[in-house]
Amino acid sequence: MRQLPVNISFTKQTLANGLDVLLHEDRACPIVAVNLWYHVGSKNEQPGHTGFAHLFEHLMFEGSEHHDKGYFQPLQGAGATLNGSTNADRTNYWEVVPTGALELALWMESDRMGYLLAALTQAKFANQRDVVLNERRQNYENRPYGLAPMALLAALFPDDHPYHWTTIGEIADLESVQLDEVHAFFRRYYHPANASIALAGDIDADEALALVEQYFGDIDPGEAVEPVRASAGLQRDVRIRFEDRVELPRLYLAWLTPAMFADGDADLDLATDLLANGKTSRLYRRLVFDERMATDVSASQNSREIAGYSQITATAAPGHTLAELEAAIFEEIARLAADGPTDEEIERGRVQAEAQFMFRLQTVGGFGGKSDQLNAYNVFLHDPAFFDRDLARYQIVTGASLRAAVNQYLDPARRVTLSIVPEGRPALAAVDSAMAVVS
Amino acid sequence: MSGARAVRAAKADRSRLPVPQPTRGLPFPAIDKSTLPNGMRVWTVRHPQVPLVAFMLLVRRGAASDPQGRDGLAAVTADMLDEGSGERSAIEIHEALARLGAQFDTDIGSDATVASVTVLSRFAQRALGLLSDIVVRPALREEDFTRVRQLRLHRLTQLRDMPSALADRAFLRLLYGAHPYGHSPIGSETTLASMTVDDVRAFHARTIRPAVATLIAVGDCDHGAIVRLATEAFADWIGGADAEVSDGDAPPQAAAITVVPRPRAPQSELRIGHVAAARSTPDYHPLVVANTILGGQFVSRINLNLREHKGLTYGARTSFEFRRLAGPFALQASVQTSGTAVAIQESIGEIAGIRGERPVTGDELALGIAALTRGYARSFETGEQIGRAAMQLALYDLPDDYFEQFVPRIEAVTADDVSRVTARHLDPARLVTVVVGDLDAIGRDLGALSHAELAVLPPDGI
Repeated sequence: MRQLPVNISFTKQTLANGLDVLLHEDRACPIVAVNLWYHVGSKNEQPGHTGFAHLFEHLMFEGSEHHDKGYFQPLQGAGATLNGSTNADRTNYWEVVPTGALELALWMESDRMGYLLAALTQAKFANQRDVVLNERRQNYENRPYGLAPMALLAALFPDDHPYHWTTIGEIADLESVQLDEVHAFFRRYYHPANASIALAGDIDADEALALVEQYFGDIDPGEAVEPVRASAGLQRDVRIRFEDRVELPRLYLAWLTPAMFADGDADLDLATDLLANGKTSRLYRRLVFDERMATDVSASQNSREIAGYSQITATAAPGHTLAELEAAIFEEIARLAADGPTDEEIERGRVQAEAQFMFRLQTVGGFGGKSDQLNAYNVFLHDPAFFDRDLARYQIVTGASLRAAVNQYLDPARRVTLSIVPEGRPALAAVDSAMAVVS
Repeated sequence: MSGARAVRAAKADRSRLPVPQPTRGLPFPAIDKSTLPNGMRVWTVRHPQVPLVAFMLLVRRGAASDPQGRDGLAAVTADMLDEGSGERSAIEIHEALARLGAQFDTDIGSDATVASVTVLSRFAQRALGLLSDIVVRPALREEDFTRVRQLRLHRLTQLRDMPSALADRAFLRLLYGAHPYGHSPIGSETTLASMTVDDVRAFHARTIRPAVATLIAVGDCDHGAIVRLATEAFADWIGGADAEVSDGDAPPQAAAITVVPRPRAPQSELRIGHVAAARSTPDYHPLVVANTILGGQFVSRINLNLREHKGLTYGARTSFEFRRLAGPFALQASVQTSGTAVAIQESIGEIAGIRGERPVTGDELALGIAALTRGYARSFETGEQIGRAAMQLALYDLPDDYFEQFVPRIEAVTADDVSRVTARHLDPARLVTVVVGDLDAIGRDLGALSHAELAVLPPDGI
């Protein structure tokens, strides 16, 4: 196999308080990416308290003890771009700054890691809760098919499984959350021993390390966070539906699958791609191109830290039913399970994986980019040098291994079948679907 | 290298924020330029950091060139480009792209059509050949046209439930009427239904011409080699330019509020604005600064007011969309239903304020200028970013030193400049407001806003 130049040079040090520091020099552009991960996400929440990790992320931009006002102004004034995001497994914060503003970014990131609570008032809290409720309205409630993730996750994972709820959380939970929960959450999860910082770009590694030590070194380590454990298993075809303000009915199929980096994860990545990613995919060809029963079809393997799920989504063209879509999709899955992929499909999957890796290495930071990728490998695998082995996972997929994964995981007898249909048209749902309550 | 390490370091001084140090500038990389005998320009930029090449083929004709009664034709034509070429079917073209691991895209705007492909640099030659097949020699078969048009009609059906799409389409229609900018690229059910494949063939022959095309290549590539490959790949493409569209009559605007009803909607989708300035305006740089302060960044007046002070929205922003002809100025936000009237009133108040009684302060000006200039190098990190920047030069006839001049010209903007250009280009008396929202819940409050008439536009009337 050709040697692939995907590794990037970096150093890793761990400060005495447990903070992992990853440094990567890339002097091409006079910018530095600062990327800080906290190993906490909606998976660390409890039923009745959902949406909290994400709401907390908002509060991190509202000021800290030594800079008790918004975080955007000084950083944007220094020419930085900045943001943060929360998912089920982690929360990240990043700035991309001109080289001369690195120290400012470290000052601010460290101040909110070490000294947030003194600046956290009820007024800020109430304001950002309103903002988050509006984020939820904009991205979920007022968007066609926007509540699909709520219904799918709730059906795939049992009530007490931390992937049962979405990161945005339930409205009632967001409305009832109290300020004292913010304090407890911060103490438990926002400390050096539960964090990893990556700097990538126009830095000298020794100087950068000294700066990180200067700003983060005296923050108390905090207590180690126990890994979240939970298990899920679907024993049947769970068939649900709900009505939404949409014109065309849409079918969602979902299966429980391996976690991120686990055996079968890469196989399912490639399998879902060759089934429904782009015009060359089997389902696009059949459903959209040849038989024209669907307006769109897509698929993905969504792997997370402690479990994964694969998903296929297709919208029925006018005059066609979700039953037709469901039958055609399972015929194609059965064909793939029986005969496996063609050699051409495997080869395409490999070259696409290689290109995708290169695309990700083009930037030092932001959402994605080298700094975020270093942190992902470090937080989830304790191995920031995982780039080449991550790509190798895709290069070693064979027709036989892919076929085995399809057989094992995309099982028609153990799945979630969700229909979203136009209001007042429940009969358009796939057969035998029970009404689901979502909000 | 890995392991625990103790570092002797100074203690952090938390009494004040560190003052950012000056950062070296990043000169915009040189663009090597050639013109092929057929008139197509070939521009290349060396950017060898990652073994990739990004190709962008820009054709300076877009949705504004849609003929009368054929709204959506440019977009359908762009969509048909990758639906087969010569004897190859759409699927075969995409299989060829997939074998290269290529990222392929077509993009349509009012003034341009762009086909782009990014590949590992070892596939540059094959990618360029495919790009030529796609743009110059599309098959434009009737059966493919029928399918593509049908998918677009389905898309239009679905957009009726998408508040942001409804708001965008209604806003453009109200701002521009029958002007070439008065419709979204996707067109309407009526115009799509009346279209034939012959329209597409004629439109392709008339507008997709080398005389208005620029091929941009950025990455691990050499100018001479790219010119040779392009000469070969595009040799049989010929044709001069058709006429560019010119300003028709945009309807005279008076302030008005139009509601597109969406019963029980938890939020109102807002657009507030009017026709403003073209990309060629001499006021470009002061307007960019003004917009940054008004609604172009997180700490803008409008976002701080509506989001950070009132909690009415996840975010509000404004933009001047500078095009070849005068483009729109627009504020956009999704606000909670109960706060709709307040949000409109505050937004209009901010727009009026910056050009009148609350001119920008020295601090705001300094912050806006710093935000635009200090991080400027960041805009040129990847090959695709550099390629898109070069496309701006090609599309708007900007000088070669445009990017070198950007920072000094922004730094030269004064508070008086901001007052002057906002007074000239923003006019509260002409602000058109579109609200996609729950009319029953907001109608009374909107009616009480004194500045404007209230009109109702049903979603299927857009």
